[in-house]
Amino acid sequence: MILVIAEQQRGKLHRASWEAVAAAQDLAGDQPVEALVLGAHPGDAATEISQAAITAVHVIESPLLEPYTPDGYTLALEKAIGALQPSHVLLPHTYRTRDFAPKLTARLDRALITDCVGITRGEKPTFRRPVYQGKLMAEVTAEGEQPHFISVQIGAYRADNAKRGPTAAPVKPLSVSLDAAAIRQKAEEPFQEAKQAVDLSQAERIVAVGRGIKAQEHIALAEKLAAALGAQLAASRPICDSGWLPMERQVGSSGQTVAPRLYVELGISGAIQHVVGMKGARTIVAINKDADAPIFEIADYGIVGDLFEIVPAMIAELEKA
Amino acid sequence: MKIAVCIKQVPTREWQPRIDDTKRGVREQDASFEMNEPDAYALEEALRLREKHGGEVVVCTAGPARASQVLREALARGADRAIHVEDDRLASIATDSFVVAGSLADAVRDEKFDLVLTGLQSDDQGAAQTGVILAERLGLPHATIVMDVQVQEPGVRVKRELEGGWFQWVEMPLPALLTIQSGINQLRYATLKGIMAAKKKEIRKVAPASLPAARVTVAALDIPRKSKQTQIISGSPAEAAKGLVQKLIEEARVIE
Repeated sequence: MILVIAEQQRGKLHRASWEAVAAAQDLAGDQPVEALVLGAHPGDAATEISQAAITAVHVIESPLLEPYTPDGYTLALEKAIGALQPSHVLLPHTYRTRDFAPKLTARLDRALITDCVGITRGEKPTFRRPVYQGKLMAEVTAEGEQPHFISVQIGAYRADNAKRGPTAAPVKPLSVSLDAAAIRQKAEEPFQEAKQAVDLSQAERIVAVGRGIKAQEHIALAEKLAAALGAQLAASRPICDSGWLPMERQVGSSGQTVAPRLYVELGISGAIQHVVGMKGARTIVAINKDADAPIFEIADYGIVGDLFEIVPAMIAELEKA
Repeated sequence: MKIAVCIKQVPTREWQPRIDDTKRGVREQDASFEMNEPDAYALEEALRLREKHGGEVVVCTAGPARASQVLREALARGADRAIHVEDDRLASIATDSFVVAGSLADAVRDEKFDLVLTGLQSDDQGAAQTGVILAERLGLPHATIVMDVQVQEPGVRVKRELEGGWFQWVEMPLPALLTIQSGINQLRYATLKGIMAAKKKEIRKVAPASLPAARVTVAALDIPRKSKQTQIISGSPAEAAKGLVQKLIEEARVIE
């Protein structure tokens, strides 16, 4: 049996849970797939995931599981895995999974393959994951006793490809005893730093800058191109970390998710943390001096060259047009 | 406060890895190496905590002989001493997070650190597991993807980054382990004085009798598959720019 640990908060299912179901169905072949949902009030999320073509949804309900803590999750999941005995456990590669899954698997002494983007079924399945900032891909196998744990990269599988069942899967309460004293973290409610003043998700066109812009004074060049295109300015994480643009202009896993008609990337290598935030863009243009940069794998149009020469030429061309 | 910072030596970001003849590893001969970027932010945070609360910063790495380069650099930036778990097998792609975290845990356990910091993930393998496994092996509470650290004895309060611009404050008792997100602070660089001082600082070598078993094995490496057919527009900058603008207007129809 393959178990999907679905993610929910206050009863709301994380959309990437559906992607993990799609991956589990891909891995499963004829084997059954089941899901597990945990939290203080996981009922609605359990009902939603029960629509998938799976054989059961197990639910662990406890006030000790919300707000989320890695100690609480590890305690609950260690017991649940022991009771359910899956061969593989699939999780969405969210920030929360990154927080608890290595702890859980270290405690169980079982393999964890993170950031999986593809699965080859077989006697010993292989899992595909990016290495060296996405410049290479590794086909890896899990060693040691089962269950083997796999976290599935956000966007690697499509949520709408998860097969739905003819009827809802049965929802089964799973009772595990949790010791409050063993949970060492005290977590407060999540908050947003400031109201996002810039809503990039509504932008028709975006010009995004990455490390290749090299210095803060060069941001002005990207601004000029954005103005000429009628585009909003955005950036990858390192640019916002350096304070060259405000955090609210960050696109990627820790920033905004965008889907404009045109996305022009200046000096962005294409690290996955950025790509998950923009791969829904309709037309992607990459300008980068490194012909091997992963960004060229997803770009529709590319220019390999020096952006400090190409961008002024583009601005001149747009002003003519 | 006695603070450990675990750092990793990784190939520079500009390096284009080439697959070796075994198809399971990369040709390292033409690589140059640097300190993993998130680890550099962890080191900076440790130095700031020492400036505020006093104590000692000890940098630790698990890697082959060449990894002592990043320990020297950390000492030059201000760390007090270093521990190097040295074994040539740690250079191999067969080394997974279990191996690294397990060998680090054995080497630092007796030091009884108040706080252990790591970067949130490495720029080469990017598994994002070592710090959290290390916490479990040392029996410490942990938090990941940390953007602010406030020591409030007998505990620590940290700001965790969540997805999509959300954050969360989490408290836990010390000793604890934190994985640090890039951008938490502004990095300092080594001064000449720091580089000179580093030469006199101790790097304690630890030769592990055996390494923990790996749980993840690389069966093959290959190059990424293109998900789209990219039209590369060539020519001089002016020609390429002209060609691109024309295509955006006439073919993609994304600008008027």
